[in-house]
Amino acid sequence: MIDPPASFRWFRRAFLVLLTAFTLTPVLVMLSSSLKPLQDVQGPFRWIPSEVTLRPYVDIWRTIPLGRYVVNSLIVAVGSTICSVAIAILAGYAVSRFRFRGRRIFTVTVLSTQMFPGILFLLPLFLLFVNIGNTTGVALYGSRGGLILTYLTFSLPFSIWMLVGYLDSIPRELDEAAAVDGCGPVRTLLRIVVPAAMPGIIAVAVYSFMTAWGEVLFASVLTNDTTRTLAVGLQGYATQTDVYWNQVMAASLVVSVPVVAGFLLLQRFLVAGLTAGAVK
Amino acid sequence: MILDRIRSWRPGRAGLPYLLLLPALALELLIHLIPMLTGVWVSFKQLTQFFIRNWSEAPWTGLANYRVAVDFDAPIGRSLLNSFWVTCAFTVLSVGLSWLIGTVAAIHTQDAFRGRGLLRAAFLLPYALPAYAAVITWSFMFQRDTGLVNHLLHDQLHLTGDKPFWLIGDNSFTALTTVSVWRSWPFAFLTLTAGLQNIPRELYEAAALDGAGVWQQIRRITLPSLRPVNLVLVLVLFLWTFNDFNTPFILFGKAAPEAADLISVHIYQSSFVTWNFGAGSAMSVLLLFFLLLVTSAYLFLTSRSRGADD
Repeated sequence: MIDPPASFRWFRRAFLVLLTAFTLTPVLVMLSSSLKPLQDVQGPFRWIPSEVTLRPYVDIWRTIPLGRYVVNSLIVAVGSTICSVAIAILAGYAVSRFRFRGRRIFTVTVLSTQMFPGILFLLPLFLLFVNIGNTTGVALYGSRGGLILTYLTFSLPFSIWMLVGYLDSIPRELDEAAAVDGCGPVRTLLRIVVPAAMPGIIAVAVYSFMTAWGEVLFASVLTNDTTRTLAVGLQGYATQTDVYWNQVMAASLVVSVPVVAGFLLLQRFLVAGLTAGAVK
Repeated sequence: MILDRIRSWRPGRAGLPYLLLLPALALELLIHLIPMLTGVWVSFKQLTQFFIRNWSEAPWTGLANYRVAVDFDAPIGRSLLNSFWVTCAFTVLSVGLSWLIGTVAAIHTQDAFRGRGLLRAAFLLPYALPAYAAVITWSFMFQRDTGLVNHLLHDQLHLTGDKPFWLIGDNSFTALTTVSVWRSWPFAFLTLTAGLQNIPRELYEAAALDGAGVWQQIRRITLPSLRPVNLVLVLVLFLWTFNDFNTPFILFGKAAPEAADLISVHIYQSSFVTWNFGAGSAMSVLLLFFLLLVTSAYLFLTSRSRGADD
């Protein structure tokens, strides 16, 4: 914008201040309540703790098996991220660099599965898992592997879609130069395309990890006591009579810090990947 | 050894793309196609709790599940219809507000100023936080007696006479929409900020020379340039919001209040709480048809108007 008048600048200031307050209030509530003793969060709300205590951060690990949930969430999120990114690199390379029969059908199918609600897949996957367990004894229902598989329903189409977009933005001359130097297609993919597409790949991986880390629907149906992830496990701080809100907030903060840190650290790549993949 | 052989192996150019697609195709089949067909098949079956262990032998009922779902005079159909309208109203409001806030914020952070980087990072926080951690915090804030919202509205600003309930009754719609907008406007902001970077600054300079004010610059340059981005953005926001499960489920639990009974949770409840998978599948299939219809209509309309622009 060129030459904004004073009124415009005042509007900007007021708008940004209000928006920042709206955006950050829950984060501040999370932080301040996680440092409060229990009687503070059970009475009327107060902005400042009556006494600052780190007690909730100690108790969260004992009230529920939080450690186990963290491990489960890590396994599932990392597993589904690796699977979807690896498969999407191959598929994205094929779609972006080759013209072949069925290419359009494939991209349209992948794109359209993105719009399907998770609930649409949850029901049949649950039934199929039960059936496979009954007939073959392979326990997919309640297992981490089964959960990883179901997470691919949303992370794989997104990864393919984004990577095709990103690879399209990388000049084809690079591959051609490699071919002239005598690289086969597989070597070109590993040596040239993957390194050049790294920002896009990182973006897709971060996004897949974040969605898996925050996923609730599949986790709430397809896990059991031993494989429960954070998304379901955090509900354990609510008992019949009490909700340990200070512990809920402390645990929420603890499980958020790694993803938020990763996100902010890799934000640059994420924006680059998003712009190349989605905007253009 | 094997890796070396794979690296030096050169298949015919024609076969290679299919080979590369093979893992993706196999998985698509496994996680999308087979479950979808199973879902459609199940929707024709009388699959209640009695047949869960052996669901493939549940009796065939033809279109009965669909008839129940769309029988708007009976309780099941009526609540599904209610849920549909609630979801539509929620989606329009949430997408509209998220888009508006995202656009205004992107425009106002377009020019560099001190602290802009910090502000942008703060704006992305709702998007980066795991859904359950963020929404659980909102549910704490919405608690009637111990929450921040009532403390602010009632104790500090004296805007409400009595402390209202936010997570039950009609207010739950407001609560749900607020959390949804809080969670999704940063995505609009992120996408639109990226879109703004593609607008050459010379355009604004030329317009300013011609005497265009700020509002005219926004209306004549910024908004038209953002049109292609907006077309994708609104569609993505629509699909996410319409299908949102995380927000209502964490905010209200398995049974949402009538005023905030979004379709995803409604189907979840019909299937996994009342154990009627046949009816749940029929509802999912109807939902899918609706989404396909809206998306193709949207794509058709936008591609046609785009054609007219060229």
